[in-house]
Parts: sequence; C-alpha cells; structure tokens
Amino acid sequence: MEPDASFAVQMCGIVKEFGAFRALDRVDLAVKRGSIHAVLGENGAGKSTLMNVLYGLYQADEGAIFLNGERVEINSPTDAIAHGIGMVHQHFMLVDNFTVTQNIILGDEACGAAGVLDMRRARESVTRIIDEYGLEVDPDAKIEEISVGQQQRVEILKALYRGADILILDEPTAVLTPQEIERLIKIMRDLAAAGKTIIIITHKLKEIKASSDACTIIRRGAQVGTVSVADVDEGELAERMVGHHVNLVVEKTPAEPGEVVLSIRDLVVRDERGIDAVRGLTLSVRAGEIVGLAGIDGNGQRELVEAITCLTRAASGTVSVKGAEIQNTSVRNVHAHKVATIHEDRQRRGLVLPFSVAENAVLERYREPEFGRRGVLDRDRMRSFADELIRAYDVRPADCADRPASALSGGNQQKVIIAREVSGDPDVLIAVQPTRGLDVGAIEYVHRALVAERDRGTAILLISLELDEVMSVSDTIAVIYNGRITGTFKQGEVDENRLGLLMAGGEA
Amino acid sequence: MLNNLLLLIGITLMYSTPLVFGALGGVISERSGVVNIGIEGMMTIGALAGAAVSFLTGNAWLGFFAAGAAGAAFSVLHAVAAVTFKADQNVSGIALNLLGPGIALFVARLIWNGGTQSPSIETLPKILGRGALAGTPWANLNVDVTVPIGMAAALVVWFVLYRTKWGLRVRAVGEHPAAADTLGINVSRTRFICVVLSGMFAGFGGASITLAIISQFTQTAVAGQGFIALAAVIFGKWTPHGSYGACLLFGAAQALVIILGGGVVPIPSELLACLPYLMTLVILVLFVGRSVAPAADGVPYEKGAR
Repeated sequence: MEPDASFAVQMCGIVKEFGAFRALDRVDLAVKRGSIHAVLGENGAGKSTLMNVLYGLYQADEGAIFLNGERVEINSPTDAIAHGIGMVHQHFMLVDNFTVTQNIILGDEACGAAGVLDMRRARESVTRIIDEYGLEVDPDAKIEEISVGQQQRVEILKALYRGADILILDEPTAVLTPQEIERLIKIMRDLAAAGKTIIIITHKLKEIKASSDACTIIRRGAQVGTVSVADVDEGELAERMVGHHVNLVVEKTPAEPGEVVLSIRDLVVRDERGIDAVRGLTLSVRAGEIVGLAGIDGNGQRELVEAITCLTRAASGTVSVKGAEIQNTSVRNVHAHKVATIHEDRQRRGLVLPFSVAENAVLERYREPEFGRRGVLDRDRMRSFADELIRAYDVRPADCADRPASALSGGNQQKVIIAREVSGDPDVLIAVQPTRGLDVGAIEYVHRALVAERDRGTAILLISLELDEVMSVSDTIAVIYNGRITGTFKQGEVDENRLGLLMAGGEA
Repeated sequence: MLNNLLLLIGITLMYSTPLVFGALGGVISERSGVVNIGIEGMMTIGALAGAAVSFLTGNAWLGFFAAGAAGAAFSVLHAVAAVTFKADQNVSGIALNLLGPGIALFVARLIWNGGTQSPSIETLPKILGRGALAGTPWANLNVDVTVPIGMAAALVVWFVLYRTKWGLRVRAVGEHPAAADTLGINVSRTRFICVVLSGMFAGFGGASITLAIISQFTQTAVAGQGFIALAAVIFGKWTPHGSYGACLLFGAAQALVIILGGGVVPIPSELLACLPYLMTLVILVLFVGRSVAPAADGVPYEKGAR
C-alpha cells in the first residue's frame, strides 16, 4: 500500500503477537477521509486489537500507520489524541459520579493559575461543541443520571473536544435501542458530512448496511478483503466474515404450545438497594413454546431471573411450575421442579472456571447416587458422563473432560452449560443472554439447541438484550419495561419499531 | 459549667487532630483508588521520628517536618507494593502495620539506650503561647498549634481534590482508572504520589501525638488511632470535610473518657477507655455498607484488563 493523502488512515501490514499467538497477521486497512468505514469480524477475529493498535493501546510488532499520507508513530493514547484520533470504547470510559462536563474535560482541563479548574470556561467550550454537532446532552448532569444513548454521546463529545478528526466506535450499538441506533447512525452521518472520518467496529451486518460506505472484513487475525457496502448483501458479508455459508434466519416450525408450565403472577422483587425492580409482573410460558423477553438492560430482568431461580427473595407474588409454587424456596427445590437455567454470565454463574469440564458437568447432580456413594465422588462415572455430553454437543476439543473449563472458548463453554442444563430433561428452561459474546457460528448452534429443546416440549423463557435475537427465536415476544410486562405479541405480529418504543417506555 | 464545656471542646480539638491527619492521608490515598490500612504503621513511624528529631535537635518544628518526611518515606513501601507491583493492598497495608511499630521500637531502643520510651521532649507551641490566659476557663481553648494546622490541611486537601485539575484527575483515577488512562492520565504515577502524600499526612498525625499531646514517645503512643482515622474516612464518605467532622466526633469520645475519668461519674476507667474503640466499631457496623467508596478503591489497575 502506497501512502496516499486522500486516505485519513492507512494501516499497512500490521502484525501483533501476544506470546505465541498471532492476533493480527499483516492486516491492511485504508479509510477514505470523510467516510464511514466498518471493520467486520467475529469475536476474537482481531478487529478490536487492530483498533487498539491505531489508538496506541497496543504497539504493533510490524507494519506502519499513515495518517493523511504521512507516517506516524502511535505509542500511547496520548499520541493518538495528539494526531486527532478519538475512540469510543464498547464499555464506556466514563466516571459515573462526575458530570458530563467533568468527564469531557478530564485530562485536558481548562485551568487558571496553579492548576485551579476554570469550570465556567470548560462548560462554555463543551456547550459550544454540543450545539455545533447537535449532540443533545445536559452538560451538568451526572453520568449515572443519563441514558446509555446519552452516555455514548458524551463519549463522542470527549473525542470531539480533543479535536478528533478520526473517530473509532467500538461495537457502538450493542447497548442501544433501535431508536437510539437510528439516532447514532444519523450522528455518524452528520459527523462524516462535517469532514470527520469514522471507523466502526461491529459484527452486526444490518448496521453496516445502514451506516457504512466501505467495510473491511477480518477473519482470525487476517484481512479477508475490503468491499463497498452498496455492492454486497448481508448474507455475503456474513459468509466472508465466517468463512462458510451461515444461516441468518432461525429455522423452526410453528410452535405447538401445550399447558402453561411456568406461571409468574404479580411478582414483586426488590434490588439490593431495596427498590422495587420487578413491580407486579405477570407472565406465563407454555410447554413447547419459547417466550422471549425484550427489554433494555436494567428494567428488572436480572431480578426476575434471580427470583425465579430463588437466588433472591420475591417480596410478593408467585412463581409456579406446573401449579406448584416455588418462589422463596431454595435453588435445590427449583432444580427438583425441573427448572434449568442458562445464566447470563457463564464465567461467573454458569461455570466454575478452574474446575474441570467433568466437574462442571455434574455441578447440579453430584449428589445423585450415580455420581458417588457415601460422599465420595465416582470420578470415572463423572468422566464418562461428561464425555457423553461432549460428544452429543460437539464441545471442542473433544478430549476436554479433564481440562479446566477456563481453557475452552466462549462458545464451547456455553455448549457445556447447555448440555448440562438440558441433560436433566427440564420442564422449564430459563435462557438469559445465551449468545452473549459468541460468534455467528456458535450463535446459530445455540439457537438451534433452544428450538430443539422447545420441540421436545420444554417451556423456554428467553431473556435477551439483543432485540434481533428475541424477534427471530421467540414464538411469543413480551416486552419488559420498568419491572412490568408492557406488551405481549405473537412472533411476526410486531415490528422492531413498536418493540423499541415499548422498550423505551413509550406507548405503542 | 463553662469551664467543663470549654475543657471538653479543647480536649476534643486536641485529641481529634492526630485522627484528622491520619484521615486526610486515608482520603487522599483511597480517592486515588489505593486502600491504605497501613495508616496506623505510618503514624507510628511519624510519632517516633517526630519525638526522636525533637529530642536530638531540641527543635520541635524540625521534629514535626521530619515526621512528615519519615511517614512519606515509609509509605513508599506501600506504594511500590500496591501500585508498582499491584500486590494485594490489604496485605501490603498489614505488612506496614506490623513493620512500623517494629521499626519504631528498634530505633527507640537505639536512641534512648534500650528504653522503649523517650524522656519528656521539646513540644510544639500552643496557639497563644504557653501560659496565655492562664487561670481563666478560656485557657482550655489555648490548644496545640497542630490543631489549626490540621484544619488548614483539611481545607487544602478539600480545595485540591474538588477545585483543581490534579484533584479531578485523582478522583477519576480512583473511580475509573481505565477511563483516565485512555485520556492520557498516568494512573500509576497519580496513585504513587497519593500514597506518598498519605504517608506524609499520617506522619504528621503521629507527630501531633508525640510532639503535642503526650510530649514523649511511648510504645503505645498511637494505639489504634490509625484505625480510628480509617473509620473516620468511611464515616466521612471519603471526603476531607466529612472525615474532619467524623474525627471531631471520635475526638469528643476520647475527651469524654478523660473528663469522665476524672471521677465525675463512677465508671471503671477500663470501661471508659473502651469508649472510642466501641464507638468506632458501632459506627463502622452502621455505616460501612451504606457509604459508597470510590468505585476502583482497592483494585490494582492492570492495563489491558478492561
């Protein structure tokens, strides 16, 4: 690649190694000035590593970076900022109890004599940028008081305040509602029109089509190619990202719901601060049906799951399985009623990471005589049981029964959890964010497993922050807002906009 | 009555001052995200250094500043362990608490010919000079010069934390070090400086015991006041002004011990002596869960672990 001044960013032959692992293998990236350029890849493909190299958080082992045709050395975020590069991280880098203005000026403060802050001047310059780019946000509000969409705008403002001409957005839509995503795309377009160059890291194909001019695809640390977004469709993008054909649509037959198995009535659950997080929620799930709960994070989903699984107390209301009330009993009792749970955080609640896969496989059943007598575990039986699950669910590597769960990839960890939970033939399966952090292939696998379990007659409650997932997998879609169900729809009877409005607390 | 009231105020101010310095040290360190349970050990080092330098030079002011310097130097151990090498901050703090009294005793035996306590030493002046207002109840308010120094220090720490660029950065580092790092703020350097400053303040705290209150170094000079200061940090919600108020409260408890111990009420002195510690315990039990510590307090910052 020749240095060319019409490109805002050129990264040539970037190599980055972590020990023996080559995370980036001679990757090229060229971004035209004033364009929106997507970097597409699966989790772990190296797209974030590439951007961290550009932002100076990592140093490349080989390769060169050119900005506007000129070779630059970027050894720290400070260098990147000095070269006009700003980054909006996936997990926001905002101090919760600081105001918007304090967060924006941090590290580049307006000061009077002896380092005394000049907050009036700071506020003025912040307000000026807010007005210039139409990024509505209250400069005096504390971060903990504003919405996630607004927090993201603060991150963009931070970059603009530092005079960024090149903006890197890392998975910017992961936490937004459909309406907020639309708004973000408009902001990106406005910024590009104002001459800024925008690089967006994502694995969401729909948003690339909606926002970007060009797209560079990275697979397992190597660059697969750069395409003009207008020339390709989502299926082609997916195929190039994964390397083989993928099915973007969840294949399933219409549900044949039976009796109500899981019934939640007027449930009230308080969070750890004593505030009602679930406020009189009523919901039922039938056998052979997937009910998907759509909602923005923090609307009571976590407390709902914890109350169903008896990890926390319900203040009032009931949770029944096949007519038997299980609320405020014990986790063991919940298991006894054949309720299985795929918890949200597989590394904290789903698995004991330092334990072997075999030990994890029997976490809920080690007490059964099959796996031990008089308190002594039958390790051979545990192993053979784990091997059965590993074979049935294609967990890789196939000889992992004695390895610690931490040695598996995220997708394979999730397979172990699903295998374990489903192995007890549950009547109810609670699946919380079952595909979080998984790549396209693993997501397809998990969705197929959920549908297969449904077809076996299990009542499935799917709780996900990914609206696309809820819409494509569920037979019935319920929206949770502020601890209540604010709408219930059959699959196909509702569109994204209406769900988005309900999720944001609007009337629909 | 007036006499008793003024006596209570005077003793409260006097006894709260070592706590104030200790608590300010705790505030600075913990606002930057480094838990510092080593305040007790740092105060002990300060108590010894102050007494020793005052004894050897005959100048109490030299002793006071030497105490700050010794506390700061001693705290470098904590800074290196907890910040540079990202060790567990509690373990490192405990190490300082074990090491501090050990070193102090060792040096004391060297200086005072094997004795564990010093003879009476040159002390810091009273604010109005010795003997001023003598004979009147108001003499009770003629407190040690460390009292106004402590007040001034609290004001300065408040101003620096909330009104200056550096204070904003310190607070950001304690709340969200990764955010500060991505904005080009050197997290380790900021924390290192804060820990050393915290050692300096703790040193002053120790010296304001030996150079003002008890006029000598003894093995039990500090006796848990570093921990009470930490309780004041928590009770004061990690703010300089809140901690100052909390220190006054704990100081008042000690003052009550002294006044009531004068035989005014028939309570065994052993029970009375428990009062400040019991109060600390009760307040900690009531408030520890409720007040909100800086979000990254006690968490070593690893680049890349985000």
